[in-house]
Amino acid sequence: MNYLFAFLTGGALCAIGQLLIDKTKLTPARILVAYVAAGVVFSGLGLYQPLVDLAGAGATVPLTGFGHVLADGVREAVAEEGLFGVLTGGFTATAGGIAAAVFFSFIAAVIFKPKDKSE
Amino acid sequence: MPKRTGKKTILFEKPPSIISSGSVAGKKEGEGPLAPYFDTIMKESRMGQPSWEKAERLMQKNSAQKALEKAGLAFSDIDYIFAGDLLNQCVSSSYAFREYDVSFFGLYGACSTIAESLCLAAVFAESGAAKNCLCATSSHFCSAERQFRFPLEYGGQLTPTSQWTATAAGAFIVSSSGAAPFVRAATVGAIEDLGIKDINNMGAAMAPAAAKTIGNFLADTKTKPSDYDLILSGDLGKVGSDMLLQLLKREGVDISQNHNDCGLILFDESQEVNAGASGAGCSAAVLASYIMPKLKSGELGDILFVATGALMSTLTVQQGESIPCIAHLVRLSHGLL
Amino acid sequence: MSVTVNDYAELVKERSPKSAVWKNCVSAYIWGGGICLFGEFIANLIIRFFKIEKKEALGFASIALIFIAIALTGLNVFDSIAKKAKAGTLVPITGFANSMASPALEFRSEGFVAGLGAKIFVIAGPVIVYGLSASVLYGLIIYIFKLF
Repeated sequence: MNYLFAFLTGGALCAIGQLLIDKTKLTPARILVAYVAAGVVFSGLGLYQPLVDLAGAGATVPLTGFGHVLADGVREAVAEEGLFGVLTGGFTATAGGIAAAVFFSFIAAVIFKPKDKSE
Repeated sequence: MPKRTGKKTILFEKPPSIISSGSVAGKKEGEGPLAPYFDTIMKESRMGQPSWEKAERLMQKNSAQKALEKAGLAFSDIDYIFAGDLLNQCVSSSYAFREYDVSFFGLYGACSTIAESLCLAAVFAESGAAKNCLCATSSHFCSAERQFRFPLEYGGQLTPTSQWTATAAGAFIVSSSGAAPFVRAATVGAIEDLGIKDINNMGAAMAPAAAKTIGNFLADTKTKPSDYDLILSGDLGKVGSDMLLQLLKREGVDISQNHNDCGLILFDESQEVNAGASGAGCSAAVLASYIMPKLKSGELGDILFVATGALMSTLTVQQGESIPCIAHLVRLSHGLL
Repeated sequence: MSVTVNDYAELVKERSPKSAVWKNCVSAYIWGGGICLFGEFIANLIIRFFKIEKKEALGFASIALIFIAIALTGLNVFDSIAKKAKAGTLVPITGFANSMASPALEFRSEGFVAGLGAKIFVIAGPVIVYGLSASVLYGLIIYIFKLF
């Protein structure tokens, strides 16, 4: 059942993204920014956690999930560390993902070369 | 001497000749319908170079060498080079020709550059300032993509109105005397901007410039579209070509019978290039490889070549400005009547 | 020319080919849903073998997807998949990973520091800037509310 909800939720979030690309003047970069910010907002309003409970990766893998992790991290850090947590919470919670993306990208760039798309 | 007529047209009374041309095409271009016509088709688009930029300048140099070879000339026989490309500060051209001691004009007219250079070379040749001029332009999909759009490996989406930057180079030798084809006239375009901001719809942005230049030429010379065997626009693609026909129709000019577009000739439908090809090398290579032999043999008697260029930069696009465009026209003919 | 800016905008809009919106959305749905389903599968595997919390497992699943997306970018195939998947690869964390790996590869020719190092965030940077800023704002709000 989890798998079904993961598929349905994740797919829906992507389809909305595509609709925004095709129907509005928003560039993909702006849409990603909007998704992350929306994730923070919905998580802050307490609306995103239920979706994660229901859909698992279907809610955490799309970029709104990145926003949710940021908000979640801040919430916990503020509870534990107070004012300092306002600044550390978001980065700490997402550090794994960002560091992974930076490091893997670096390694990829050392090993691989871009290829002409016309070949 | 070149003679100015009407609003924007130059007539060449003793028309300079295009004595030879050279073309280099990328792999994808070499798999398209013009494959039999190119002088050189690249086996791989890096040409063994460490960067795309180096590959592009090599392409431009090769096309020039090919043109010289066909004319039986060397760089020392050339009085002026008029060259340009899409990269910032026209680096492909300046690096391509830095080792030759030839007077050099670097031009930027985006995809219109080859028409700009042919026009200037013809004026120089007829006025006596030069005997032989070399015109060359190039574009490379990979170097253009990374400068104007996204990294090659980025999984972005292109809209159906977007155009594919051709990997191609074309070069011409314009001489004060010689055989067909001849440069008979030129109409230099003014900057035209009808408010299009979408860089994925460059054809639509450039069409008004082409319409205006063609309109000016026909009015200045008091001729009509049917007087020419072909009106060949450079790189308007599907959307831009349609817009050009629409715009001219509103002015009461119908070119639908003899119009074609370099951006539509270079690739065929199956090559997934959305609205068609573009790039400074596109119109140059199409003209150099496919059209020149037909003009030489007389299969095409009299044509108008109208290359169009979109003159924005990545900066002005980010600042939300519309795209200023230009179109230059040269009339090329087999005979001198 | 007799045509005005507004007239022309109208004409271009009317005659330009449109994106195949519904077809694109279906592709995005299937690919995006598929990637999330695969993420869920990875998370479940991790829970099974390492006996950790679901929340942590989902974090690892995202990192695994980041790894796969970057490997596919390096192997020059991510962009071909994205062409079919549309927003289906863009919206998931795979799009974020690709937006960092692709400039890293592309701009290595301008050097490791000024090229790779500086340009790696050229597309993904805004996501981090605005995501992080939103989280700080949110943190401030809950902190202030807790004071009273």
